[in-house]
Amino acid sequence: MNRSGLTLVFSILGGLVLLFIVAPLAGLFLNTSPAQFFETAADQEVTGSIYLTLGVSFATTVVFALGAVPLAYLLARHSFKGKIVVQSLVDLPIVIPHSAAGIALLGMVSRDTWLGQAASTIGLDFVGHPLGIGVAMAFVSVPFLIQSAQDGFSHVPVRLEQAAMNLGASVWKTFFTISLPLARRNILTGLVMMFSRGLSEFGAIVIIAYHPMVTPVLIYERFGAFGLKYSRPIAALFVLICLVFFVLLRILANKRYDDPASKHI
Amino acid sequence: MIRLQNISKKIGDFSLQDITLEIAEGSYTVILGDSGSGKTLLLELLAGLHRADSGRILVDDFEVQGSLIQDRPFGIVFQDLALFPHMSVRKNISYPLLMKKVLRSSVDDEVAKLARKFEISHLLERFPGTLSGGEKQRVALARTLATHPACLLLDEPLTALDSRIRKEIKSVLRWLHREGQTIIHVTHDYQEAVELASHIGIMEKGKLIQHGTAEEVLHHPVNTFTAHFTGIRNFIKVTLDKDPVTGNTRSMTGNGIPIAIETHKSDGWGYVIIPEEAIFLSTHPVDTSAANTFRGIIRDMAAVPHGIEVTIDAGFPLYALLTREGIDRLNLAIGNTVWASFKATAVRFVKK
Repeated sequence: MNRSGLTLVFSILGGLVLLFIVAPLAGLFLNTSPAQFFETAADQEVTGSIYLTLGVSFATTVVFALGAVPLAYLLARHSFKGKIVVQSLVDLPIVIPHSAAGIALLGMVSRDTWLGQAASTIGLDFVGHPLGIGVAMAFVSVPFLIQSAQDGFSHVPVRLEQAAMNLGASVWKTFFTISLPLARRNILTGLVMMFSRGLSEFGAIVIIAYHPMVTPVLIYERFGAFGLKYSRPIAALFVLICLVFFVLLRILANKRYDDPASKHI
Repeated sequence: MIRLQNISKKIGDFSLQDITLEIAEGSYTVILGDSGSGKTLLLELLAGLHRADSGRILVDDFEVQGSLIQDRPFGIVFQDLALFPHMSVRKNISYPLLMKKVLRSSVDDEVAKLARKFEISHLLERFPGTLSGGEKQRVALARTLATHPACLLLDEPLTALDSRIRKEIKSVLRWLHREGQTIIHVTHDYQEAVELASHIGIMEKGKLIQHGTAEEVLHHPVNTFTAHFTGIRNFIKVTLDKDPVTGNTRSMTGNGIPIAIETHKSDGWGYVIIPEEAIFLSTHPVDTSAANTFRGIIRDMAAVPHGIEVTIDAGFPLYALLTREGIDRLNLAIGNTVWASFKATAVRFVKK
């Protein structure tokens, strides 16, 4: 088979998968009238849940990045006994059912646990609170950041770090001037992935914090109470917002890397 | 003065064993060795990338073994140069100055000075990925020398370069040496040692088997490995005895083949060095003044930079260097029988 034949067959097969992704989303928008769309956008419960979802996912991503990026660096740079176990634990939230993740988290942060009680004494409550939503979002999404950042750090030659230290840089300076900038593409991609995954989380959140409602829970709530007709416009609006955010963040991630050096890493 | 005293280091199956070496200030020391001989590890131990298991590294009588990489007076240029790909040439060279907290206003002056010195002023805003091999090498040298290291460590600095750029960088290195910079340069290429070194060290399987001035090492190799490494092909182990007929001293190879030599020594053992270009070949026995003539069979012929190297099995391996015209005139081919002659005065004896 010549190359154009291969391209044709692959285009058909790939196109079918693309159609599979696009068709339900297109159906979502085609079955939502502009009037329904604007009415939904004006619904304060809907807009409130969208702001909540975006805000908590963003805050969770920023806060957890402070620990996830160093962990990724350690995993990329050090070999130690039990590393495979640690690596598997990091990846575990991706493969377990998210409802199970929610149950596990609830067992850790509910008011009956020492952590829940300790948090209560300073006025924090995980269950039914944005904090609980953040915990659930982070649990299922942080592996995406760790994996991507680890991959980025692994591709930074150790030689460059050694050269920096030989030139007088401390280990901290070396990390912030060499390792981090050279791994930034992967880290930014990981941040986008974590943020996006947090936005879409339902299973873990619904168990730990049904209220206040994040948009995926609200969509489910409206579907259960009023049916497809009333849940579809919210779904369409949320998908649109996610799409806009996703594209903007991708552009941002790529734009920051649009310097000559990035072509030589 | 830099002193390495009984330095040993084990990494996996490889170990660097009991290295003792003195590097005089302003000297250019080339450490020669095959890949895997431990020469790069030796540089990395000096730079502080690894810590020796035992032994001492003294710089002007101060022990630096306990010092951090950042505090050691060694600047290393790695084989792959390790230029920071996300920084311009200017930022690469500024980097060590900023790490040393040099005032920003002085950094620009210092960078400009180094750039002029290494003829890279026009490259300052470029990124390493857009530079040629020679330009990268100059940037790496400028960046490392910005720290004013007491000793510059060069890991195979010429290996990846084409011949024109090698020549150019060799001239930069010679100039640095003339300026008084102490340099330790590791390589597997003895030609680099011949052209650059004031001192040479030979490493084999983690051991420093010989070191001294370039002249000592190149003219008095201590064993076959050193001899071959320094480009000497005919390096044959012999014992000395008296010729029962003439009473003159003669040398005998391990399998009892006598080689006539001129030496004031009368017994013991050592090596004879026979320059390749001092060996004459003929296709039949000829009467010459040469005291040594051996009948042998041509086992190999290989083109080398200055002619054709002919390997002869004369009961011991003998290497002769001939021109292409000489080969054609005698119509030599692998498997031919030839007579190899050389004067006793052409043979140098190195006593052990």
